[in-house]
Amino acid sequence: MCTVCGCGDGGAKVEADAHGHDHHHGHDHGHEHGHHHHHHHGEGGALDYGAGPAGTSVPGMSQARLIQIEADILGKNNGYAAANRARFAQAGILALNLVSSPGSGKTTLLCRTLRMLAGEFPSAVIEGDQQTSADADRIRATGAPAIQINTGKGCHLDGHMVGHAVDHLDPADGSVLFIENVGNLVCPAAFDLGEAHKVAILSVTEGEDKPLKYPDMFAAADLVLINKTDLLPHLDFDVELAMANARKVNHKVRLLQVSARTGEGMAAWLDWIRGARLMALSGRTPQAAE
Amino acid sequence: MHEMAICENIRVLIEEQARVQNFSRVERVCLEIGALSGVEVEALRFGFDVVMRGGVAADARLEIVETAGTAWCLPCAMTVTIGRRYDPCPHCGSHQVQVTGGEEMKIRELEVT
Repeated sequence: MCTVCGCGDGGAKVEADAHGHDHHHGHDHGHEHGHHHHHHHGEGGALDYGAGPAGTSVPGMSQARLIQIEADILGKNNGYAAANRARFAQAGILALNLVSSPGSGKTTLLCRTLRMLAGEFPSAVIEGDQQTSADADRIRATGAPAIQINTGKGCHLDGHMVGHAVDHLDPADGSVLFIENVGNLVCPAAFDLGEAHKVAILSVTEGEDKPLKYPDMFAAADLVLINKTDLLPHLDFDVELAMANARKVNHKVRLLQVSARTGEGMAAWLDWIRGARLMALSGRTPQAAE
Repeated sequence: MHEMAICENIRVLIEEQARVQNFSRVERVCLEIGALSGVEVEALRFGFDVVMRGGVAADARLEIVETAGTAWCLPCAMTVTIGRRYDPCPHCGSHQVQVTGGEEMKIRELEVT
């Protein structure tokens, strides 16, 4: 399933492999709408074709009939996501899906996080953007392996793209995989990537009402990082109100205040990652017998 | 939201069904869309006509069953109906509500020839 949002045509590419040498795995599926995505790996999303009144299909049969399929529209994506999740569980990998508006400081936050965690355990990054590999380059400068996915005209990463990126990146067992989604508070909410947690980043230069304006994303997040807190003295941003609004859409959400620039609050975020990583390690599924 | 992407997924599912169940034309497509699924029904209708062009469902009527958002209110210990994610419990006003239904996004049935 390629993702095309609001436009008829858009190719997703996984490019710039982790080792930095120059072989591009361009998956450029130029397509019109309604294409079938022929890919050689496993299809998730099994459908029950036999549930309808016309449970058996008769070749050449032409009278009108009703087929009840009860198929989840995002079933294919969910299948890919489930495959990713099983793979992460087997390798004890903690996968985090970082979501936010453009400009919330995701990449800066991630760079600082990677520098602070360097040497503690392996980390790897999947970077999603519509175009350019600028962010993956910034990440690689921290020493962490990174792979860029360009979604073309797509507005979000999907389970299929992430599966490919993981093939290329091949993160070590027990590592933390940060997936930086396309900057967009709407679409990525619906597309499961197989992550353990969605982490939403809200910067204080945005409005306190963002969680109410984009409730699906904040409802799907397990953790919200309120970023750029070093700017608070210069702004009218009401942190308490922003946190109250996030809790209105998600009463279980965890909230942390951080500044990726000064490092304030980063220790709590790193502790959260460590805790989540331990959960991923302890929940590790045994390797299937071959 | 991403209604065009959703329509693309619907078309792929329908064309898969057309192969497996041997039909060449869809008269009616019935979807179930929950009030909390994040899908804008009007945008979906628009996207549907555009995306289905040239396929087995090009002339299909689109029927959308919208299901209500439901949630479990922790203080009241009962299921309540909510219209939006950030709505409080209509009885006690609490935001300690856990969404239990209304996130569906499904193809229910197809009428085909």
